[in-house]
Amino acid sequence: MSSLAAVLAQAAPGLTAGPAAAAPTPTITVPDIEWTALLPILVLGLGAVLLLTLTSLARGTVTRSGYAIYTVLVATGAMATAAPLWGRVHAWDHLGKWELSPPYGPFSAVAGAIGVDGFSVFITLLIGVAVILGALLADDYLRREGIDGPEYYVLLLLSATGGVIMAMANDLIVLFLGLETLSIAVYVLAAIHLKRVQSQEAGLKYFVLGGFSSAFFLYGVAMVYGATGSTNLVQIKDLLAVKVPTHNALLLIGLGLMLVGLGFKVAAVPFHSWSPDVYDGAPSPVAAFMASGVKAAGFAGLTRAFLLGFGQFASDWQPVLYFLAAASMLVGAIVGITQTNVKRALAYSSINHAGFMLMALQAASPKGVTGLLFYLATYTFMTVGSFGIATLAGRTGDGHHDLADYRGFSRTNPALAGLFVLFLLGQSGFPLTSGFVAKFGSIAAAVDAGSWHLAVIGMVSAAISAFIYLRIIVAMYMAESDTEAAEKAPKAARIKVPFGAGLALVACALATIGFGILPNGLNRVAGEAEPVLVKEPVPAAASGADGAGLTGLDLTTIPTTPTTR
Amino acid sequence: MADLSAAYLGLSAALFAIGALGLIRRRNPLVMIMCVELMLNAVNLTFVTFGNMLNDAAGQAIVFFVLVVAAAEVVVGLGIIVALARRKPGLSADDMNVLRG
Repeated sequence: MSSLAAVLAQAAPGLTAGPAAAAPTPTITVPDIEWTALLPILVLGLGAVLLLTLTSLARGTVTRSGYAIYTVLVATGAMATAAPLWGRVHAWDHLGKWELSPPYGPFSAVAGAIGVDGFSVFITLLIGVAVILGALLADDYLRREGIDGPEYYVLLLLSATGGVIMAMANDLIVLFLGLETLSIAVYVLAAIHLKRVQSQEAGLKYFVLGGFSSAFFLYGVAMVYGATGSTNLVQIKDLLAVKVPTHNALLLIGLGLMLVGLGFKVAAVPFHSWSPDVYDGAPSPVAAFMASGVKAAGFAGLTRAFLLGFGQFASDWQPVLYFLAAASMLVGAIVGITQTNVKRALAYSSINHAGFMLMALQAASPKGVTGLLFYLATYTFMTVGSFGIATLAGRTGDGHHDLADYRGFSRTNPALAGLFVLFLLGQSGFPLTSGFVAKFGSIAAAVDAGSWHLAVIGMVSAAISAFIYLRIIVAMYMAESDTEAAEKAPKAARIKVPFGAGLALVACALATIGFGILPNGLNRVAGEAEPVLVKEPVPAAASGADGAGLTGLDLTTIPTTPTTR
Repeated sequence: MADLSAAYLGLSAALFAIGALGLIRRRNPLVMIMCVELMLNAVNLTFVTFGNMLNDAAGQAIVFFVLVVAAAEVVVGLGIIVALARRKPGLSADDMNVLRG
């Protein structure tokens, strides 16, 4: 759907591209649409709409777990359509039996609005994984809470659509549309538990602050548009390579506003205040998706806009990211250890993790991007696993999340407690778990970029944040249970683990250990998933399409000089 | 006709600031949604003005997307408010104290 938006936004400059007198009959050049590049977006989006249509036509005939199975299938389909793109980006000759058609290498589609490179395919696969895990966790949860229905899954798929659009966006307006598709669906998801007032409160808080941050992001895009005459990252980059506004205040204000907007989405300090409340109030499977899928999409947007589009301005935005990373790591760790609610503690730990990812991003190097992607991939499994345990331990009503509720958890639910320990140790960066390798990669990228102090702050914050996790582990293993009944008959308080959630938890656990012991495979894939900006293949019919939209730049109030910075 | 571009940009900046301040200061959820709308429409005015200054139609075209997004956002926001107001009539943001923070 949004691809159409991109087409229109791109085709529109053609109307007024030339001087008014020279073109008496304006023509709109319709761009070629590379459907294969859009397939992951289309599968997710159409899958969601189809589910909504079918279930409203045939109400009450869906078998148990039917929605969850459908969602898993759709997400798998989207990942399967993204896999050939990976081969194409890396110039493979064939994938299995299929021959892959040229052109090889990363490419842009839909008039340069969508960029397909290793980075976008990687994030697409990651969001697909987050959707599958989110659907598996939610299946039994929704039945348990008496809010079963297709809505959760439709919204999950729609928000994933937005996330994939963000990962592929080569245009700031497409990025904004992806951001909104993602966010609007998640606002509803946060408020979907109609029987808990906390859930609706979380939804409203997320909505108000989300709308606030989206407006900031859009205002930033408007400023960038005013300064450069385009919203297309490729055109902006080409323009900034030859011309630099002598008074680039407008551009810098725009970058700052965009950073505020995206900083809200990834919950970086000082834009984090919503996240503990929302993670606490939102249904636990939704919190799992917000911490994994939404965060991955937010970082994809940050990387594409700042690292790719405004890489030349790195010296301007690096110090800001430096500050955000340091503040997120310290505040997340220090405030996190004072929390007595497990979901809030996990929210602060996720702020701490966002700091580590920002640290990798501020390095503005290929190594930094590799570190960021590795961190995102491993963190997805650890955080979904943690919130998955919280989903089960919350029991009917989703309200048992106090640290006190976890006392004696190891005796009543030894298996779940063991898994939780694994996820918590992974998040703290314990050796032989994936969290250790991820933190190492992030710190190594910062050191390579010369950010010694930030690397030290990162290590200190990792040590502090270990207390968050140790407090929960101590409560589970060393404290006596509050209720004597549970202490006398541990089996009575045992939580029955449903199949879907169990499957998700086991998958998360395997990934956490597997990527910890054998990180090389994922590391290599993350290293190959480099983001690049490729100029669109210029259609033969288009006349002077090279930056045609930018001919009006002389009319801007900003004087430009041909000198490079 | 005098060039009013700078005036339009100033007006949109003022509208954006009013919206942002209102969102922080006002406690009625409906007014807060109106403030978000005000901010988005201020951005629309900025886009149109820049599009006019740059002699580029993209600035005007973007406004349509923003309008659609804003409409979708209001629908969702009102839905959440209605769901919340059923439980707590006469709702204000100060009443939202179930979640600490």
